[in-house]
Amino acid sequence: MMYGYTWDLTTPLTYAASILPILLIGLTVTLQAAAAGFALALVLGLAFALLRRSRIKAVALTTAFVVEFLRDTPLLVQLFFLYYVLPDYGITLPAFLTGVIALGLQYSAYTSEVYRGGIEAIPRGQWEAATALNMTRWQTYRDIVIPQMVPRIVPTMGNYLVAMLKETPVLSVVTVLEMLGLANMIGERTFEYLVPLSMVGIIFLLLTLICSAGIHRLEKVLPKAGIPLR
Amino acid sequence: MNKVLAQQPDAASAAAAPVIEFRGVTKRFGALTVLDDFNFSVAPGEKVTLIGPSGSGKSTVLRILMTLEPFQEGQLTLAGIPYHEPNGKGPFRASDRHLHQIRSHVGMVFQSFNLFPHMSVLRNVTEAPVAVLGLSRAEAECRAIDLLRMVGLADKKDQYPAQLSGGQQQRVAIARALAMRPRVLLFDEPTSALDPQLVGEVLGVIRNLASEHDLTMLLVTHEMRFAREVSDRVCFFDKGRIVEEGEPERIFTAPAEPRTREFLQSVLG
Amino acid sequence: MDWLTYLPSLAQGALVTAWITLASIAIGAALAFAAGIARVEGGRAVSTLALCYTEVFRGTSLLVQLFWLYYALPLVGLSFDPVTTGIVGLSLHVGAYGSEIVRGALNAVPVAQREAARALNFGRVHTLMRICLPQAIVEMMPAFGNLAIETLKLSSLVSLISIADLTFRAQSIRNITLDSATVYTLTLVGYFLMSLVLMLAMRLIERMVRRGAAFPRAAHA
Ligand SMILES: Nc1ncnc2c1ncn2[C@@H]1O[C@H](COP(=O)(O)OP(=O)(O)OP(=O)(O)O)[C@@H](O)[C@H]1O
Ligand SMILES: [Mg+2]
Repeated sequence: MMYGYTWDLTTPLTYAASILPILLIGLTVTLQAAAAGFALALVLGLAFALLRRSRIKAVALTTAFVVEFLRDTPLLVQLFFLYYVLPDYGITLPAFLTGVIALGLQYSAYTSEVYRGGIEAIPRGQWEAATALNMTRWQTYRDIVIPQMVPRIVPTMGNYLVAMLKETPVLSVVTVLEMLGLANMIGERTFEYLVPLSMVGIIFLLLTLICSAGIHRLEKVLPKAGIPLR
Repeated sequence: MNKVLAQQPDAASAAAAPVIEFRGVTKRFGALTVLDDFNFSVAPGEKVTLIGPSGSGKSTVLRILMTLEPFQEGQLTLAGIPYHEPNGKGPFRASDRHLHQIRSHVGMVFQSFNLFPHMSVLRNVTEAPVAVLGLSRAEAECRAIDLLRMVGLADKKDQYPAQLSGGQQQRVAIARALAMRPRVLLFDEPTSALDPQLVGEVLGVIRNLASEHDLTMLLVTHEMRFAREVSDRVCFFDKGRIVEEGEPERIFTAPAEPRTREFLQSVLG
Repeated sequence: MDWLTYLPSLAQGALVTAWITLASIAIGAALAFAAGIARVEGGRAVSTLALCYTEVFRGTSLLVQLFWLYYALPLVGLSFDPVTTGIVGLSLHVGAYGSEIVRGALNAVPVAQREAARALNFGRVHTLMRICLPQAIVEMMPAFGNLAIETLKLSSLVSLISIADLTFRAQSIRNITLDSATVYTLTLVGYFLMSLVLMLAMRLIERMVRRGAAFPRAAHA
């Protein structure tokens, strides 16, 4: 019995049907974690990308190192680091939040590269025209660079969102009760792992296929020249 | 030779303090010296054309003026403002605030237009006046529509750059530069990227601009006939120096320098 | 200096991590080529099969796959030791991602090359091995380099199926000493250094492949 639902082990099918509601509760946690983590990754990644282009050498180099370090070390260890080390320094966060921060940090390394590529793809003439119009660096980013960059990077970012979705099960190791964590608990209590774990796999597969189709559609409707500013 | 010519400025530039003045400017790209002890000045309201072979450094002169390139030695002033800061801080790269001040006097029209593709024509022309000059949107639009009318594109204000021909795009780019009310407007081969049948409409706009405004214009072009029509002075530029300069009539009909003659022969055929 | 006393154990874990990573990269690469080539060159049945493999292993989470292999498979009578399970799981996962790289690179070989091969009456195998793959493989290398790093990072998940890799050792030490900051910092640095070594190795392999393919890479690279 979990979340008020009892399992029915008569046949694999009844078993599957009886635990589906539990897994779907886990799915909402998975989706929330991925959404929050991705939002964080989008913001942090942009910050990293801009800092990396800073004209102050030390700032640019430090940022490059941090991004490289985040990208070359495992999410799981970063997660453990945040989960166990932060409380030693008096910062105690709920497990869910810790997980979101870990996801956001790890993926900010990826998104910052996407932003960087997107920014570098803006023709030099656009920067020069902005300079000739006496726009500041900030105005140039805000009005010229970012609106033109966003449509180009949306598909890649979408793929990273899907990838992050598939990594959220890692959060179960720090007691976040997402789908895989729940499936494992069900398995522990019933001694029957095959059905719950297979169901988690199938749900992920469906989720991935739906998201990929969505990204594909999005790619088609995105404006090519940039977000139109009238 | 340079020195001699520099000491005999024509009547127009003698009348007032120059709006642009290069004194001994040297510009290098790594080992390549593009401008070598370059001296050049332009009087307020003067229309000057730079001609010369490819790679001679014409664009570089304009790009330095537009603060798109730093330079290594010498002095440059625009409307009396030195490109380096008065306190002597780094002669060739000034602070953002200082560059901002310089740029408020100068605008540029690029060979490849460089319109903002994600903005309507109207927005292209109003963006900087609103963001930089702090005009209200209504005010900026009013100004923009006047300018678009002047370049003959008022009816295209809601189109996007990709929907316009090259000639139309370049006319929008001219309106966009003028919207900032610069004292000096730089043109870097404004018609080189255009199909031949579209060149005329752009030159027409520039010609009107030259005859009706006291704007100072510095123009790089390969359109020799046009240069002869609109400019007060033509400078033949080679290897980072001005080889010969003077009234267009004289340069085009009786060039004194053999290099000028050679160049003109090669382009005029 | 406490941290020195952690090093031997962590180093042992790192060796396990290295072994699992390298084995998975090797097997994964084989799977990647098999599935990638199958998708481009195979008949309908073969390419559909390859497609299913790719989609299933890319579409479900690696941790789910590992748990499935570790907890669920034994229930239907198939059980391996944890290390084998870890390598199998990681290889299948990496192979699925790699097959997309192989497929992309093969598809990027200009059609004219295949047409030229056909005009010379080359067989399919000859065309693939002598014309398409040598050109494609050079283009694959940067993406494979990233995938190799990805494999190293994902290998940390095998600690969750009780394999004593670097992450597992870190976890054990921290449970005993509660010295979280030191242990995890050392672990992160360990992974970072291994990533750097792996990156260098992949560069070397890339250079060898390029030389083996015996033509210069496009100037943009
Ligand atoms: N960013 C740069 N880096 C290195 N060299 C440059 C750069 N920009 C220009 N140059 C070199 O400086 C020289 C002058 O270039 P510039 O563009 O000013 O010539 P130009 O007179 O405008 O020629 P064109 O008629 O072809 O436009 C050329 O030799 C060019 O190769
Ligand atoms: Mg030029």
